[in-house]
Amino acid sequence: MPAVSKGDGMRGLAVFISDIRNCKSKEAEVKRINKELANIRSKFKGDKALDGYSKKKYVCKLLFIFLLGHDIDFGHMEAVNLLSSNKYTEKQIGYLFISVLVNSNSDLIRLINNAIKNDLASRNPTFMNLALHCIANVGSREMAEAFATEIPRILVAGDTMDSVKQSAALCLLRLNRTSPDLLAMGEWTSRVVHLLNDQHLGVVTAATSLIITLAQKNPDELKTSVPLAVGRLSRIVTPSSSDLLDYTYYFVSAPWLSVKLLRLLQCYPPPEDGAVRSRLTECLEAILNKAQEPPKSKKVQHSNAKYAVLFEAISLIIHHDSEPNLLVRACNQLGQFLQHRETNLRYLALESMCTLATSEFSHEAVKTHIETVINALKTERDVSVRQRAVDLLYAMCDRSNAKQIVAEMLGYLETADYSIREEIVLKVAILAEKYAVDYTWYVDTILNLIRIAGDYVSEEVWYRVIQIVINRDDVQGYAAKTVFEALQAPACHENLVKVGGYILGEFGNLIAGDPRSSPLVQFSLLHSKFHLCSVPSRALLLSTYIKFINLFPEIKGTIQEVLRSDSQLRNSDVELQQRAVEYLRLSCVASTDILATVLEEMPPFPERESSILAKLKKRKGPGVLPDTEDSRKDKSAGLNGAVETVNVRAVAQVDLRSLCATCQYCHSLNDSRNFFSHLTSPLQSADLLGVGSTPPSSGSLLVDIFSENHSPSPTPASGAPAAPIFDENFPRFVCKNNGVLFENQLLQIGLKSEFRQNLGRMYVFYGNKTSTQFLSFSSSVPVDSTVDGGAQLQQTLNIECMSDFVEAPIFNIQFRYGGTLQTIAIKLPITLNKFFQPTEMMAQDFFQRWKQLSAPQQEVQKIFKAKNAMDAEITKAKLIGFGVSLLDQVDPNPSNFVAAGIIHTKTVQVGCLLRLEPNSQAQMYRLTLRTSRDSVSQRLCDLLSDQF
Amino acid sequence: MQFMLLFSRQGKLRLQKWYVPLSDKEKKKITRELVQTVLARKPKMCSFLEWRDLKIVYKRYASLYFCCAIEDQDNELITLEIIHRYVELLDKYFGSVCELDIIFNFEKAYFILDEFLLGGEAQETSKKNVLKAIEQADLLQENQSEDWGGLAAEEVL
Repeated sequence: MPAVSKGDGMRGLAVFISDIRNCKSKEAEVKRINKELANIRSKFKGDKALDGYSKKKYVCKLLFIFLLGHDIDFGHMEAVNLLSSNKYTEKQIGYLFISVLVNSNSDLIRLINNAIKNDLASRNPTFMNLALHCIANVGSREMAEAFATEIPRILVAGDTMDSVKQSAALCLLRLNRTSPDLLAMGEWTSRVVHLLNDQHLGVVTAATSLIITLAQKNPDELKTSVPLAVGRLSRIVTPSSSDLLDYTYYFVSAPWLSVKLLRLLQCYPPPEDGAVRSRLTECLEAILNKAQEPPKSKKVQHSNAKYAVLFEAISLIIHHDSEPNLLVRACNQLGQFLQHRETNLRYLALESMCTLATSEFSHEAVKTHIETVINALKTERDVSVRQRAVDLLYAMCDRSNAKQIVAEMLGYLETADYSIREEIVLKVAILAEKYAVDYTWYVDTILNLIRIAGDYVSEEVWYRVIQIVINRDDVQGYAAKTVFEALQAPACHENLVKVGGYILGEFGNLIAGDPRSSPLVQFSLLHSKFHLCSVPSRALLLSTYIKFINLFPEIKGTIQEVLRSDSQLRNSDVELQQRAVEYLRLSCVASTDILATVLEEMPPFPERESSILAKLKKRKGPGVLPDTEDSRKDKSAGLNGAVETVNVRAVAQVDLRSLCATCQYCHSLNDSRNFFSHLTSPLQSADLLGVGSTPPSSGSLLVDIFSENHSPSPTPASGAPAAPIFDENFPRFVCKNNGVLFENQLLQIGLKSEFRQNLGRMYVFYGNKTSTQFLSFSSSVPVDSTVDGGAQLQQTLNIECMSDFVEAPIFNIQFRYGGTLQTIAIKLPITLNKFFQPTEMMAQDFFQRWKQLSAPQQEVQKIFKAKNAMDAEITKAKLIGFGVSLLDQVDPNPSNFVAAGIIHTKTVQVGCLLRLEPNSQAQMYRLTLRTSRDSVSQRLCDLLSDQF
Repeated sequence: MQFMLLFSRQGKLRLQKWYVPLSDKEKKKITRELVQTVLARKPKMCSFLEWRDLKIVYKRYASLYFCCAIEDQDNELITLEIIHRYVELLDKYFGSVCELDIIFNFEKAYFILDEFLLGGEAQETSKKNVLKAIEQADLLQENQSEDWGGLAAEEVL
């Protein structure tokens, strides 16, 4: 037993502790403790009144037992009794017991509060401190209720001792954290702010912590603390400051207080007052300078304290994000730390640089350290440091270095610790998608991810690659070729089989011309993996097979053979068996046309937030990951617009089911009867395709829709209330053809459309979001009358443009859901520009035609304010989406856009020239259009000018 | 700071201080997980790690690990020096502190901590001032202990 000469003599406690330490086994310890508990219980219950010392000793033993990890269910009352002892040590042990073992027994709380009240009123600073420590340690609501008004008074009273002020300040801090509603701001708040000027640095330190918590919740009321904090900081950190004696820690002046003052300033924007602001800048410069000075001591405590202040100063510089000079200096300083011999400093430098990378002033400066960071990834021995390096690479990534960073991360993944693999996979997947200049690179990257770390590739990642391949025609052939090659590997990850199965099922035809990847080869390759896969993957492969029957009629027999085998038709798994039976039957009964309709290529997925981005956010929680996505989103949209946040809600939907939901066959499977009845009603499906036995004259459909308001439409029930026309999403479709047109809680309507010359075809997808069937479903054009819960119905509209027009057709939809008639009227996004054919021409031709169209009514010009960020890439994408051809090197000013196209209608063709001049300074555009028809010029100008 | 734990190389908890309200069950779970995580780390590794949504700052002194959990915006290096200052205080008070001092005088370790840190924030960073407060209390104790000196001889386990 150590010799502590400090006068307390609880010999019994020391003996007990020794006994416990001498216990050879857990059982012996429990036995000894139970013996002690029995002893204490009998003492407390005994007839003989215990003196204060014994009470203290037993309470202390109970506390020890509790801290060993055993439950204590008595002794609270004895501890409370000790509180009212006038002997300091008894009181102290009583308070310690209460602090550690507080119990919400209301009777006791009242007694405890009573004792605290007496001690607070005792004017004995030692007793007052004990009471305040207890409140700060317990911090319960009952205590807040009892003392929320008393403690501020103690804190600001003129005659309160310094040490009591310190306890009172932190006591209030705790109560403000646990019960902020009970702590009313008041006159005392401003007096607390003035404690920043107190003589006693201990008081200032405690008060600063309190002010930080108060300022976080009521910044306005504590605004006056800013100049005081700057003044105080300046007196600590500038070279002329006097010696702070005991508050100097290893030659660093008041490091704790400096850090707190810098933290406080991070609750506010840069000071508005010029003098305060320049004084603060001086302080920050002084701190940065000190980091460069030779150390005053070799002790690690010296450098830790010095750099603690430095890192906090850098946090403030980043928070203000307004002084490029300081930001770059901070970045250089951190760059030095990246190679420091102290692991701790390297770790912190990597962490701090992550936030610097998000500032536009220092992003480039951070990027210069890329080689060092990559080196850290390869050589750091500590996984938590490597993790920081990964974070920083992710934060500093932009289009210029994406390929390098993604390659390095992929390389690292091969040897990375299992604990961080999934996160690296997500990050690589996000970067690859976000900065993909060509999507072949993206596809390669994701397949590499699956190859290297297939087990860590979550479903979101492989769903996403499929979504992107489906939505981008330019990469489909490449994707098919690449997955085919990847599948050649003798052992490939099941995730690759899923991606491969899905992509070949959709786009296998694109590579079928090559004899090395002929239909039969593709099928055999996939089927060779079948038996090694889990049930969900097998189910997916079966769907691929039926898709193959449609894509490659020549191997129908082979596939039917496989489906017919006992291992499929009699599979013990219900889902697999059902798929095999139904697909086989479908392939036998359906005609080629029907198969082609049912097994058509997947429509594009609606744009939505990348599900993997959401997953990463969820993993890290907000804030931990520097939100580079958000802060730099505007700059990186454009090509990758599809990645950006569109619909957060959609994330939850991205499961295997909903992936399949858009392909017509999977869901119908759930109700095969309905599926087949639908198929065997040829009239109905013929109608859907618009090629019925008595084909309507082409164009009549459009006329029908247009005239809908005048003539009674064939299906909507009469007497239904007219619904307000929904056109919210209409503008979104001016420059693109696919997406979600309408969505409410019940129904989602998606569109996919294509136009050629004066003709168009629009596929309307009705998705039932509920689990209940919609009855009496009808639209302005006849359609199947029920939509099953969770299922999707497709309708095709044929469109012909007769002459130029302004008003878009209104489309009515009606159905019964749970007995209520739902009526929806939607403006169909058919706009004049859809009938554009882009036209290429040389500068000379352009100017010649431009001059020809110089009559005043032929030109329409509009000057308008930019509604969105002005980004050349986005503008280009929109103009191309509008349907015109962009002409380079026509306008002498490279930031202007010049384009041409021809509008096709049944009767005439109208040539159109346009020029768009962005003025980024004024955030304005000037759009000039010239066509041979004034009505066309006007309409196109209205449509296009609304898009920026 | 959300909490501070002191534990031995064998994983025995020697001191626990919680600055956020948690149930006993949660406290035990956190302690178990954290002790395991920290003990598994190699000597030259960095003193900081991410754990759940907290930052852990730890340092080993002889056979004892001092481990603090701080929040995202808190400063790691200054927390490391909080640990060091606490060790200095214990050292000064006990005279070259060892694990046994903290086992046998656990209540003193708590009292010193309360003088130094309150509500998870530094209350008094001057070594001299903290020790003065503790010594004053000990003085009160000594004066009073004369009153019950006789009883100490009779004490029963």
